[in-house]
Amino acid sequence: MRNVKSFVADNIVTLIFLTITIIAIPFSGLSGSYIISNLIDRFARSSFLVFALILPIMAGMGINFAMVLGATAGQIGLIFAVDHNIMGTEGLILATLVGIPLSVGLGWFSGQVLNRARGREMVTGFILGYFMDGIYQFFGLYIMGWLIPIRTAQVMQIDGGGVRNTLALESVRGGLDKIVSLKVGPFSIPVVTFAVIAVLCLFIIWFRRTKLGQDMRAIGQEQGISHAAGINVDRTRILAIVISTVLACIGQIIYLQNLGNMFTYTSQRQAGYYAAAAILVGGATVSKASIKNVFIGVFLVHALYITTPLAGKALFKSAMVGQYMSDFINYGIIASALVLHAWKNKRAADLARAGLRMSAEAQAAAGGVA
Amino acid sequence: MSSIKTFITDFGWPRIIIALFLLSLFVAAPIVGVDLGASIGDVLNRFGQNAIMVLALVPMVQSGCGLNFGLPIGILAGLLGSTITMQLGLTGLTGLLVAILITIVFGVIFGYLYGKLLNNVKGEEMTIAMYVGFSAVMLFSILWLVLPFNKADLVMGYAGEGLRRSIALEDYWGKLLNNFGQFSIGGTPIPTGLLLFVGLCVFFVYVFMRTRTGTAMTAVGSNPDFARASGVSVERMRTVSTVVSTVLGGIGILAYQQSFGWVQVYDAPLFMAFPAVSALLIGGASVTKASMVNVVLGTFLFQGILTMTPSVINNVLKNELSEVIRIIVTNGMIIYALTRKTKVAK
Amino acid sequence: MSTGTRLLSLHGISKEFYGNVVLEDISFDLDRGQIIGLVGENGAGKTTLMRILFGMPVIAETGGFNGTIELDGQPVAFKTPFDALDAGIGMVHQEFSLIPGFSTTENIALNRESLKPNFACDIFGKRMSVLDRVTMRERAVKAIHTLGVKLDPDMLVSEMPVGHKQFTEIAREIDRKNVKLLVLDEPTAVLTETEAEVLLSSMRALAAQGISIIFISHRLHEITKVADKIVVLRDGKIVKDVPVAGVSVQDIAAWMVGRDVKTKAAHLSVCKDSVYLNVEHLWVDMPGETVRDVSFQVMEGEIFGIGGLAGQGKLGIANGVMGLFPAGGQVTVGGQDVTLNNPHAALNSDIAFVSEDRRGVGLLLDESLEWNIAFTAMQAKRQHLIPVLGGLFSVRDEKSMKALALEYIESLEIRCTGPRQRAKELSGGNQQKICLAKAFALKPKLLFVSEPTRGIDVGAKAIVLETLRAYNRDYGMTIVMISSELEELRSICHRVAIVDEGKIAGILPPTADVAQFGLLMSGLGAGKNGDAA
Repeated sequence: MRNVKSFVADNIVTLIFLTITIIAIPFSGLSGSYIISNLIDRFARSSFLVFALILPIMAGMGINFAMVLGATAGQIGLIFAVDHNIMGTEGLILATLVGIPLSVGLGWFSGQVLNRARGREMVTGFILGYFMDGIYQFFGLYIMGWLIPIRTAQVMQIDGGGVRNTLALESVRGGLDKIVSLKVGPFSIPVVTFAVIAVLCLFIIWFRRTKLGQDMRAIGQEQGISHAAGINVDRTRILAIVISTVLACIGQIIYLQNLGNMFTYTSQRQAGYYAAAAILVGGATVSKASIKNVFIGVFLVHALYITTPLAGKALFKSAMVGQYMSDFINYGIIASALVLHAWKNKRAADLARAGLRMSAEAQAAAGGVA
Repeated sequence: MSSIKTFITDFGWPRIIIALFLLSLFVAAPIVGVDLGASIGDVLNRFGQNAIMVLALVPMVQSGCGLNFGLPIGILAGLLGSTITMQLGLTGLTGLLVAILITIVFGVIFGYLYGKLLNNVKGEEMTIAMYVGFSAVMLFSILWLVLPFNKADLVMGYAGEGLRRSIALEDYWGKLLNNFGQFSIGGTPIPTGLLLFVGLCVFFVYVFMRTRTGTAMTAVGSNPDFARASGVSVERMRTVSTVVSTVLGGIGILAYQQSFGWVQVYDAPLFMAFPAVSALLIGGASVTKASMVNVVLGTFLFQGILTMTPSVINNVLKNELSEVIRIIVTNGMIIYALTRKTKVAK
Repeated sequence: MSTGTRLLSLHGISKEFYGNVVLEDISFDLDRGQIIGLVGENGAGKTTLMRILFGMPVIAETGGFNGTIELDGQPVAFKTPFDALDAGIGMVHQEFSLIPGFSTTENIALNRESLKPNFACDIFGKRMSVLDRVTMRERAVKAIHTLGVKLDPDMLVSEMPVGHKQFTEIAREIDRKNVKLLVLDEPTAVLTETEAEVLLSSMRALAAQGISIIFISHRLHEITKVADKIVVLRDGKIVKDVPVAGVSVQDIAAWMVGRDVKTKAAHLSVCKDSVYLNVEHLWVDMPGETVRDVSFQVMEGEIFGIGGLAGQGKLGIANGVMGLFPAGGQVTVGGQDVTLNNPHAALNSDIAFVSEDRRGVGLLLDESLEWNIAFTAMQAKRQHLIPVLGGLFSVRDEKSMKALALEYIESLEIRCTGPRQRAKELSGGNQQKICLAKAFALKPKLLFVSEPTRGIDVGAKAIVLETLRAYNRDYGMTIVMISSELEELRSICHRVAIVDEGKIAGILPPTADVAQFGLLMSGLGAGKNGDAA
């Protein structure tokens, strides 16, 4: 009984939203195969982005909302690829080659900012994302088109200045997914994409075993003690953010090549919201995250996104209710996961004091130290 | 010379840059053909519109709860107050007063629950406040659709399902405060009533911070151990600060609505905390200390930039640049405050 | 067991902090494989000496030190702890520096893990090597074996009992390749008797293998059991440097506190016959100053002193009564029970407290003197307030606060630019006076004052003590004074209690022989919770 209780307590967020999904499925009126094929598709395009959150959590920096900067770098890469008319897989490779150095720089910048905001990394990262939106818009609307010429007319705004708000990615669409596509029953599986995700998993497993990974685990638990032992805490934190940002860049490219369409100035923001919700509903907390959390989380959060709007529409006879319900769930996942974790922190701190007190009490009652 | 240096270090380069930037916009305005009088009137209007929401942040900063990114919770109380009053068909001064009353009731309830939540969590309280605020706005979005509003000018379409996105206040108490005692200086209309109302609220908070409770609250934010040793309940003070903040947030949106002329529901309150936080910080506040001067100065500077930048730059360059500047200034200011080493003398 | 070769030589080490001489002409030698027991009261200079040896940055930041240190015949002067570590000196502090989610093995090897390099290292650097966990485990097992203890190399530190954590710390130090000298600072403080025994045998085992040990402890019987030679520090000087043979714990205790100076008979007020404060079986959970079972009585009008070594619990008593830390037991003041765990209740029982943590608990550093002095009276006793609207609410009376501040600025001779000056700008001594003023402003009948003269200059010290004496004499205020400085307690208190291991070891009159105080502090001497004279 104890084990069941503690299992529920440890995984309460996942269980709550799993229950909501299970209830929503019949109401949504969707067939099992529709849901599954959608899930496969969404998993293929979204999971890479979620993996990007693991390292900063390990390093004790919470949810790296600043991964949005990496997504931005990926989008800039894609703009170049489309603008220079490099098609298919080559286009994606170009986008990656442009995006990665940019993400390294942006990641380094984020790391510096976050190091100056210890204890408030998450809210600072969140605002940093908004801040970079402004810089990115300035870049897209004023630098592109003026300092950096745009070659392709379809990429430009109607009045000629800067990159347009919606960019069709037809030229590179499916550049990764369609390299090898396997048909299993009614489902179509993008093999190379999954292979890339598998390589990423292997990378993360390997990384955990390295000295750098060990250092990150150390500073994630105790910054002061790690510092006293000689670990360069600041630098390790920056490296965690840099790697996270680079992974976000690649992840966004994978995401967009699947969608085939990019909202130039807003697609990158989705990256942060959905990835955070996914990893948290998968059972991660702001101090602990594993590959298992990513897998469970991506499937569950997308099952929620697929089923709940329609379930809400069916229940309340209103599509708008369904949509708001979906938004509420998205924010609610993050809010409840954050609250539960912080509440547990406080309880642990209070209990630790009670523990000491109980032993002191017992000792006093027994007449003194043994 | 060194006192000027200390002033600059304390006040911070970003704020000085912003103040100078605004000054240059005022200077440039007549040169590029912008009506300075109308601009100033505009700035005063927006000042009055937003000041109370900025004021709402002060109690929680002083009590050590940080920047209140959960301001939307207070705004929702205000939306409940105004929509319910309109549903009851009350107009004019009566309507406004009843709206304020209902807002206070809901503000106290929401603020109390919000305070209880914050007292039971440890670590990253600001992020939690932000997401709880977001979730609440979305929950209420469902409520606006589902609650039994049925007055014709409030609801959407024929079926009367759910409130409209924007509801006109014209026939209720729109511009009531603005027009009260309004006079013009050289063609510039001054929204006297609104400014008086803002002044009243500022005065209320000023006096409140000087009461026994307000003094205790400041001590809690300055050194919670000291406060506790003096017999003050840290949790209680923090809850009081969230209640006051939430109620003021509600009143703030009421002031905003009557000046703007529209009640906006659904996801309108979602991001309203950020401009308020930024304005307070621009006025010289930090994550742990805020004063009335910060509120007034900050709101004026912030709304000044928001108003002047499009009108001046519009006559020179493209329009979107003002939007980009707004994003960079707003968020840059918050990042600056969050990354400042809090000079806690220990 | 000494092997004859000199490992460490200290010559004429001196250190001062801002004009305050903390160490004077310290010289002693340590041979290879020798264990030195380093003994001394609080403030004797042990911690500073170890900081110098270990290269802690605070030493260089405050003007460095004089004298020379020779390690293996070579002069050394470490600038950082890492230099000392590289040279073979390891130090185990009282606070654990272990990563809770790591295993014993991982903690032992922390930041010195065995690595297997790979191709990624060439591009991205050394930290891309994979950990060689097999070798790491072997190292851990070896270190544990050298210590002679039973430790599970794979257990997580967070699940370990306290004693095992201590051993893990020591194992980490001896795992270093060229460890020559180990400094152990109160290692048995958190251990049970059995665990302490095991530790002592480990120490002998390490010494037998040629590792020298500096063993700092106030448990004198342990020192005599395991040390080869004893060094006693007092007031920054070495008073004894002798081999352990034939030395008794009483001898050591006497050397530790022994002052030949006769204390002048204190002009003490007469205290009444009635018991004002009654404490029974008090326990307090204050980290680092745990109180286990304390009982004592204080007479009305008495100045009652509480002394003892650091970490033994004397600071916990007042903090517990005032509700600042979880506590239990029975406390009665003036016949009324005081509710524990409630600062407000304590203040309402006419008790005031001047905390030892001046800057942390005692002051609002960013606010003015006025605020600091009047705040507690305002909150606890509703003073210095102006009622508004017939008492519906009240606003702070700044005029009254200013008058109060001026009153104390004058009577306590607080050096400041005025009542509006911010507390953080004042010197330590003047800050302490503000804390006193804040307590006096409550007009308490019972005053707890903890470490009243810590860190303040001689002149201010005298004023503080004289003020306490005056309030006791003129207003009959009962005072409980907690201090690390025995001299201070003996100079103004009617009686002095000594706390050891969270209990009252004994209560002595100030005129008692100093050696007796020393014995009580070391956990020896007569009487549990009673007078020992």
